[in-house]
Amino acid sequence: MTTTLKVNGREVSVDADADTPLLWVLRADLKLTGTKFGCGMALCGACTVHADGQPIRACVTPVSAVAGQAITTIEGITGPEIAALRAAWTAVDVVQCGYCQGGQLMSACALLKSNPRPDEAAIDAAMSGNLCRCGTYQRIKEAVALAAQQVKG
Amino acid sequence: MASTRRKFVLGTLGIAGALVVGWGLMPPRQRLTTAQPLPTAEGEVAFNGWVRIARDGTVTVALAKSEMGQGVVTSLCMLLAEELDADWSRVRWQQSPIDGIYNNIASVVDGLPVHPDTDNIAVDAVRWLTAKAMREIGVMMTGGSSSVKDLWLPMRQAGASARQMLVAAAAAQWGVAAADCGTENGEVIAPDGRRLGYGALAAAAAQLALPRDPPLKAPERFKRIGQPTRRLDTPGKIDGSARFGIDALPDGLLYASVRLCPALGGRAHSHDDAAARAVRGVKAVLAVEPLRGGTGGVAVIADHPWRARQAADKLDVNWDHGALASFSSAQAIEGFAAAARTERGFAFYETGEVDAALAGATTRIEAEYRAPYLAHEALEPINCTVLFEGNKATVWVSTQVPGLARQAAAGALGLPDEAVAVQVLMLGGGFGRRLEVDFIAQAAAIAKAVPGHPVQTMWSREQDIRHDLYRPACAARFEAGFDADKRLVAWKNTSAGQAIVPQVLTRAFGLPGGGPDKTTSEGAFDQAYEWPAARIAHVKVDAPLQVGFWRSVGHSHQAFFKEGFVDECAHAAGQDPLAFRESLLRRHPKQLAVLRAAAHAAGWGTPSPPAPDGAKTARGLALHDSFGSTVAQVAEVSLGPDKAIRVHRVWCAIDCGFAVNPAGIRQQLEGGVVFGLSAALHGGVEIVDGQVQQSNFHDQPILRLNEAPRVDCLILPGDGHPEGVGEPGVPPIAPAVANALFALTGQRLRSLPLTLA
Repeated sequence: MTTTLKVNGREVSVDADADTPLLWVLRADLKLTGTKFGCGMALCGACTVHADGQPIRACVTPVSAVAGQAITTIEGITGPEIAALRAAWTAVDVVQCGYCQGGQLMSACALLKSNPRPDEAAIDAAMSGNLCRCGTYQRIKEAVALAAQQVKG
Repeated sequence: MASTRRKFVLGTLGIAGALVVGWGLMPPRQRLTTAQPLPTAEGEVAFNGWVRIARDGTVTVALAKSEMGQGVVTSLCMLLAEELDADWSRVRWQQSPIDGIYNNIASVVDGLPVHPDTDNIAVDAVRWLTAKAMREIGVMMTGGSSSVKDLWLPMRQAGASARQMLVAAAAAQWGVAAADCGTENGEVIAPDGRRLGYGALAAAAAQLALPRDPPLKAPERFKRIGQPTRRLDTPGKIDGSARFGIDALPDGLLYASVRLCPALGGRAHSHDDAAARAVRGVKAVLAVEPLRGGTGGVAVIADHPWRARQAADKLDVNWDHGALASFSSAQAIEGFAAAARTERGFAFYETGEVDAALAGATTRIEAEYRAPYLAHEALEPINCTVLFEGNKATVWVSTQVPGLARQAAAGALGLPDEAVAVQVLMLGGGFGRRLEVDFIAQAAAIAKAVPGHPVQTMWSREQDIRHDLYRPACAARFEAGFDADKRLVAWKNTSAGQAIVPQVLTRAFGLPGGGPDKTTSEGAFDQAYEWPAARIAHVKVDAPLQVGFWRSVGHSHQAFFKEGFVDECAHAAGQDPLAFRESLLRRHPKQLAVLRAAAHAAGWGTPSPPAPDGAKTARGLALHDSFGSTVAQVAEVSLGPDKAIRVHRVWCAIDCGFAVNPAGIRQQLEGGVVFGLSAALHGGVEIVDGQVQQSNFHDQPILRLNEAPRVDCLILPGDGHPEGVGEPGVPPIAPAVANALFALTGQRLRSLPLTLA
């Protein structure tokens, strides 16, 4: 069946069964490979995207559930929060293998949009659903805090 | 005198000696030029097998190692850019082709089962011979914390060689002597101050003869090497554009999902695919055999990954559970423990008369340690994309071994190696899992069913965890003896478990594996402690379960065993764990300095502050040599609700020889601590009837951000060439935490993962 989605500001039609996870529509149908497959069970956060600004796990979200919502992926996200986060990620030298980092940034961006001045506990709560096998957590914490200081609203 | 002695020693080496002499007559080992020149783009020239320069001055480095997070893109570009005097802002990289000059020599030489303090000419000769042989018959491999060490000279020589050619071209153009010209930031500078960019000179320079033995800079002249340098690969990793293996997108891509036999190594006996074939978009269904250490099953190829998965779930398969049908990891580990108790094993290190020393000791202690099988759990699940076109094929894959990947794919497709092209993409973590080629052979066998169509075979997370090649489980027994003054007089250690290297030789190379496997005992026998008498041995126990290399390999468990028992010895001797270790390192200033640096940074000997919630904390210490580097760590721990083990802070000191990129070294140490902590606190798969019981991150957890400690790193100024940094941060953390838990609770934990009673 055909589902119409709004992805990164663009309307697209995809031919996918209603129960198809958004992740596979993004990756296979729309070739947006920045959103990663990690676990398929919403346990790792590598597939985090925004639906109407809220962070969701694309691997467990049926495409039918987000029809009509504005989907934003790591390739399409813009704004002062992500700009500050990317600058902080670069300055702090966060990434290692990088596979999880798109999802990390999407979670961090949603955090800063809802809480522009998160304390350590808020960062822990928002970011502990995103696994990083390389162990970049200490730098993620530092970079989120740095970005929060530098966001220009 | 030296030369006469050398000839004599070589003569006594017999066949090996003859080979050494034979190799000695060959031209100098060269790692500068490839058999085929590097492919170039329009307006670009290749200077050697490592660097191309474009008309606009862009310098493209050939990356012969796989980037899997360890930062080789940055550190290897630094080596070449330093000697080239390149403009760092114009340095790019591209994965190299497959060629002998890229074979990994350092890791094979490091794999020789020799104690690091052994210093004799026969060992030197064997090292030299091995290095020569690997240039010819070795493999391209990223692993063993060896990349920078392996390419420390070749990539600097490549940069220096290109620089010399660029200078010569500029000098000819200006009519001045090359010796009077300098270079800086991508330009040649004439004696009168005129400048010419490398881009403008490249075409003429590349016509010149390749310089032989271009001089290398003395380390004090380094401008980039040794400077903390931010990663070059960050931009693509923060905007979603970096391409990992799973992101291969050849035109017309199809997707395969495999139902794998639940028992490791098993196969499909028969299957009914009617329901699977009825799923929309299914193109083919085929049985796949267990290949290269893997497991067999039935694959479905479809036009979409989700439909392929749905269809595979509908397969009705009768399984042949194979040789591991009744394998139990718990029983296997009991067997290892029994073997460590009753058998002598192969002694990797012996000094003094340990049995006599134990018999004569006033007091003795003994203990038994255990470690489980471990999955790798790289965040990018196992996948490989193959296009088979009858007489040739292309493979897109995240792999640590491109040459073996090519062989595995070629073998499965019935093609000669040269007919298969391998595109190495970024690795979403390797950790040793991507040294294996089971899934590459499988993906090739699957793609062969639909010639002309690229097929991406992708495993689920559950399959990734349940069909791994696991870090071998191991059991170890220790005995120590003390004299009347509580001085340690004897150290006896026998471990037992499976060996990796013989299995790899068989599954990857089709060779019988024999001889002592250093990885079984590394971390136990090759350490700096000055035992008055010691015997350190390993009993190799064969089992059909396939085991593999897991970040830091034998060190990953041997460090836990050894540093735990050293701590037990310190307490038995009535000494502080730091002072006790110092007393065993009088002739090892490097290890002593690293140990003291970590202890000093942590405030060892002062009371540890309470945890943020007021809980009592305690510190533990561990010291470990691996991959040429020495690391000491102090962990500060407390207990949360339900006796949850919490690690608040870790102080980590390293001597890794010459520190090429201190920023990258810190990343690796921080990451190594977290990686080691995941295993120490949560790691271990159980196998029942050949079937792995854990399946995803809920029952085989890795550390989360809220559990991660603050890690403070100290890089000691080291001498000589660079040593490993990708793995040495991993081994010491488990024993540092276990030793801290003993200090906190009085419970001595001798089994991983760490669980308090």
